[in-house]
Order: sequence, then C-alpha cells, then structure tokens
Amino acid sequence: MHLTVEHTTTYSFESPRARVVQSHRMTPAASLCQQVARWEVTCDGAHFGADFTDGAGDHITTMTLAGPVTQLAIHVSGAVRTTDTAGVLRGHKEVVAPDVYLRKTRTTAPGVGLAKLADRLAEQDPRTLEAAHEMTNLVADTVVYTPGATDAQITAAEVVDLGHGVCQDQTQVLIAIARMLGVPARYVTGYLFSDAQGNAHEASHAWAELYVPDLGWVGFDATNRCCPDERYIRLGSGMDALDAAPIRGISLGGGAEMLDISVNVAAQQ
Amino acid sequence: MKAQFFNEMYVGDDVRAPYAGLLNWLENTPPEELAQKRAEAETLFRRIGITFAVYGSEDTTERLIPFDMMPRVFTDPEWRKLEAGVKQRARALNAFLWDIYHRREIIRAGKLPGDLVWRNEAFEPSVIGISPARGVYSHVVGVDLVRTGPEEFFVLEDNCRTPSGVSYMLENREIMMRLFPALFRENRIRPVDDYPHALRRTFSSVAPKKCDGDPVIAILTPGSFNSAYYEHSFLADQMGAELVEGQDLFVDGDFVYMRTTRGPQRVDVIYRRIDDAYIDPLCFRPDSLLGIPGLMNVYRSGGVQICSAPGAGVADDKAIYTYVPDMVRFYLGEEPILQNVPTWKCADPSDLKYVLEHLSELVVKEVHGSGGYGMLVGPAATKAEVEAYALRIKSDPGDFIAQPTLALSTSPTFVDSGLAPRHVDLRPYCLVGSEVHLTPGGLTRVALIEGSLVVNSSQGGGVKDTWVMAG
Repeated sequence: MHLTVEHTTTYSFESPRARVVQSHRMTPAASLCQQVARWEVTCDGAHFGADFTDGAGDHITTMTLAGPVTQLAIHVSGAVRTTDTAGVLRGHKEVVAPDVYLRKTRTTAPGVGLAKLADRLAEQDPRTLEAAHEMTNLVADTVVYTPGATDAQITAAEVVDLGHGVCQDQTQVLIAIARMLGVPARYVTGYLFSDAQGNAHEASHAWAELYVPDLGWVGFDATNRCCPDERYIRLGSGMDALDAAPIRGISLGGGAEMLDISVNVAAQQ
Repeated sequence: MKAQFFNEMYVGDDVRAPYAGLLNWLENTPPEELAQKRAEAETLFRRIGITFAVYGSEDTTERLIPFDMMPRVFTDPEWRKLEAGVKQRARALNAFLWDIYHRREIIRAGKLPGDLVWRNEAFEPSVIGISPARGVYSHVVGVDLVRTGPEEFFVLEDNCRTPSGVSYMLENREIMMRLFPALFRENRIRPVDDYPHALRRTFSSVAPKKCDGDPVIAILTPGSFNSAYYEHSFLADQMGAELVEGQDLFVDGDFVYMRTTRGPQRVDVIYRRIDDAYIDPLCFRPDSLLGIPGLMNVYRSGGVQICSAPGAGVADDKAIYTYVPDMVRFYLGEEPILQNVPTWKCADPSDLKYVLEHLSELVVKEVHGSGGYGMLVGPAATKAEVEAYALRIKSDPGDFIAQPTLALSTSPTFVDSGLAPRHVDLRPYCLVGSEVHLTPGGLTRVALIEGSLVVNSSQGGGVKDTWVMAG
C-alpha cells in the first residue's frame, strides 16, 4: 500500500513562552514492513539538530525554538510504501536485548486487577503467538474503547479498575500483562489508514509489540483486535507511552497550553 | 575483644614502621599544644565552610564533619598494591558498562544473569548502543575499602556515579600542612594537591569528537541546598571549571550552551552531580526542574560528554557488586587484586534463609541504598531492631544483601582521654579518561564512637588525612 501522511500539531500558548524544546520521534525507520519514499518534519522558525538513531532503531531529532513563542505548528508530511507482514516486524535494525522490555515503568507497573487478568492466561505458555492473541482479546474485552475516559498520566492498573480507555490505555494494559507473564512487550506509536469499510479508531495510533521467540517482535493492536498490516505506519517504540511519545516537549513560561492536532492518512492508487 | 582487630599503628607493643615518625613527633609535642591545634583545626574548617546536611536527623542544620588530626599512614608497598587493585577494578567496571550497553558478551557467556542488569533501576535503556567518548562511562570511581590485616584489603562497595568526599581529601591535607608544617618537612609524604588538575585532564580527554580546541568543562550542581554543594563549588574553583545549575544551560540545535554575560558559550563536558533521573525532563522524569531539556539528545548525538555517563550507576549496584571479581577475569583476563566481601543475596532463597538465621552476626544493606542509611549492623542491634529488620527483609528480599561483620582495622584517633584505636575505612578516587590515574591518598573515614563499625559521616563518623609515604 502506498500511504501518505499529513499531520499538523499546533500548540498555542496563553502567554508567550521564553523557549520551546522538543524531542521528536516522528520519522519512520525503514524495514521490510515499510519503505519511506518521502518524509519531512518542519516548523517555522525552529532549529533542528542533535539527531541520531537510538538502540531501538528509532530516528530522534531535537527541535528548539527561541521565544517569545505564542504559537507553533509542526508539520509532518510523508509517503510510505507498506507491506503486510502479518504484524511481524521484519528487517528493522535495532540492538536492544528483548529482555530489556521486561522492565517495570510507572504506568505499566503490576497491580491486583492486572494480576487477575494475567492469571487467566497462566495455564499456557505465554511466549506463543496464540497466547499473545488471547492477551490482546482479553484486553479489548476488559478495557472498553471510550474516547475521553482517561487522561494521559493514568496507569495500566488504574485503567483495568476503570474498564474504559483509549488506545494508549489498552496498549499499556496489554504491555503490563505481557511483562507480568514474562513476555517482553513494548509500546509502539504510528499512523493508521482507515478506509470506508474499516473500523479503525484513530489515524494517530498506538499498539503493542510482543516478543515471540522464533518470530521476533510482533505487533498487536488491542483497539482493533488485530495485528498491524499494510494500513499501519510504525514511527517508534518505547517502554511505555511516555517513553515512546512522538513528541516530548517542554516550554518555559506560565499559562495554559492549547493543543490542536489534525491527521490525514490517505492511500494512493 | 580489642585483640581481634588489626591495629594499623601497633603490633603488640611495637610501633609499625609507617607510624614511627608520627609517634615520635607526638611524644615530643606537649598536650597543650595539641589541644590548641585541635581548636585551630576546627576554626579553620568552620571558616572554609565544609559542612554537610544530615538527612533524617532532627536538627536539619548543617554540621561540621569532625576532623581527626592523627593521620592515617600507608607505606609505599601497601599503596602500590592498593593502587594496582583499584585501577584494575575501575577498568573492569568501565569494560562492563560498555559491554552491557553494546554486545552484552558477559550475559551471553552466562557469567552474569541478564535480569540483574535489564530490570535494574539504574540500567538506562535510552543509552543502549550509544558510545561515550573513549568508551568511558565512569570517570571518577570511588572504591570503598576496608582493611582487616597487614595484607588483607576488601572492597565494600564501588561508586561509579559521582562519588563525593574528595574535597575532604584535599582540605584535610591543606589543614594538616598549615597546622604542622614541620611534619611535612620531616616525612616524605606524597602530595594529593594535583587531584583537581588530574580531574581536569581526565574530563578534557573525554571531550566529544565535535569539540574543537580546548574543551569547556562545567560542573552541574542541583544547587546550594544540596549537601555536597560545597564540594561542587570547591572543585569548580580548583579545576577551573564553570559551576552551573540546570537553568544556566540550554540546548540549541546540536549543542549545549551556557548563559554568560558575554552571550552563549558552548559546553563540551559536563561533570554532573545530579542523578540520571533529573538531568533531562525530555528523556527521564518529565517533572524534573533541575535538568536541561534536550541534554540527552545532544549527548546521544555526540555533542557533549556527560560525566559520569548516564546509565553508569548500574555498575555500582550492590547486587551487581558480587560479580565484579568475575568482571575482572572476564574483561581483563587477570585475577582480581582486591577481594570482595563475601555477600549473601537475599533474592536467592537459600541465601535468604541463612541471612534470617544469622541476622545478629551480619551487616544487612539495601541494594539501592547508600550513605549508611537503612542498614542493620547485627552485632550492634537490639533484639527488637533485628526482629523489625527481619520483617523488612521478608517483605521484599530482593532489596537486601548481607555481609559478615568485618573486623575493620583501627587507626589511632584523638579522643577525650588521648589517643585510642577507632575503626576506619578508605575511599580513594580513581580517574578514568585517556589514562587511569589514582592520586596517592583518599578519604579516610573514622567511626568516632568506641567500638562502632559505621564510618559514614551521617552516622557520627569523622575524617582523617591519609598519608602515602614516598618509596
């Protein structure tokens, strides 16, 4: 599939900010699942630098903007040719040992509700494709997709108690359960194309990758109860949502911050 | 009871050679003069302003660390062995850090369980595959040593992040030289005052590739409320580095800059005295106000060197400690010169059983603890304290390790009644850059309370000047 992405993130500040610094994880890496034909991240007046590829194979860039800043818009424009690999991440260059993704983080730490869910899968070998699918469906059944039900700081343990959440929450619950069962798991962000018949929820999306011996990293999307296919563009990964965030930023100054996001993922014939 | 401890000054009634000159001097100095010198020493320390804050104590005001005028002495052969052992350890620890952030050979070879590294809080996934200048992660390695006999030295713990206390090594010597100039004329004591220059050389040698010309070095401090602030400003002054707080630095494009009255000045090497979690809110704790947003990206793209390198702390974890002798063999192909203290890991069920059955004989420490806080000294604890501690261990065994109570050597120390033996340890500071350097000396800490084996300043310990005699 030949997908194009137009993604604009606009920040408006109530009072001007003295300085804005952001770390971007917004450039897809090439793999057998995706070839990047064109990709550009721009922002008027900003200075880009300190870019590198991290151990997990993600391209990271630093953006700085000297103040006063009242508004800034980051434009992502690109075209990617995708291939369906049934969710298996093939040909992605990385050096991180899978077991590193067994670490606990604040948002994926174990809890009683999570442990109960994990117990329901304890009968079988958790490091199989079947078990991973079961975990994914269990999370989709337990955490009902409900936009606006949660905030970004909520932990997986809290989400399970609540029973509602968005793709970030479902993904972090899946990661937490997988890790409790000894399966390395990580948080992945990217874009999702949804055609007229599709039931995809968001164009800017998140899912999990679980490590399955013999196959390697395999994507699991609890929100859509499927493995990523040619409709998905993978941007980057991390230990949890915060760690994998496409934009991590900070701006100096007080007052409210308004965020406006527009994403359009289209398929070219 | 006393006979079982190695006394560094006496063997029976005979004075050991390194202390002969000192004892001779003591016998020829009237007690009034010594008393007056003690008062002078205290005045000098107060004037300099070396104090530290005691956490968890009721009065939170800053305290003066008691200074003992009686130096601790090492002979040239004793020091040679220590020096070789400490340098060997510093090289092995750095080789280990490089390895676990790159090819992880030691884990593949089955010499060290991966879980211990991967699930370690101090392990930093964001620097996997990143190569610091010259492959060095820990540029200042503080190795805490104790002695139990003429030839027996043990490593209590390694400090690979930012070991503190080196300002005491320098100030103790400075004060001793001011108070007793004759002693330094009559004895051939190796100087320690080149340490700040050696530190500067070390940092300069790990400037990033993108640095052209003489590297600009800055010491990053959390600020004046920090208990080691005195040391941060002292070292900046001594080594000719800038003393900065997070708000003084900013990232622009590929580099880190320091705000100065003459405009932005690029910084090449940052000696940070702030924990990993607080150095960059874009990579670590998002709520941190101490750090510099974007610093980790500049570091990871080769625009600045951070010392110690982020993630270095995993090497000085108490659970990793037990594997350091294996690291020496694995990476250097050498036998360890310095020994580890035998350690029981409470994470291991059979070790845990042993520890719980022998608590009153053991020293138990938290795996991630430091500074002597939260430890149990079995022989000195009451029955109730031992029982309470046992409950803590049982609730989270993986958080604890235990060691035998070592017969720490004693060094003569001034007390109200004159000279008396008190237990001591030693922290030398090993510098690792283009070369591995050890200043002949270190920080000797002394447990001032009779019989006490806890030398930490936060637990009533004092400090002494440490002499290494020239060969």
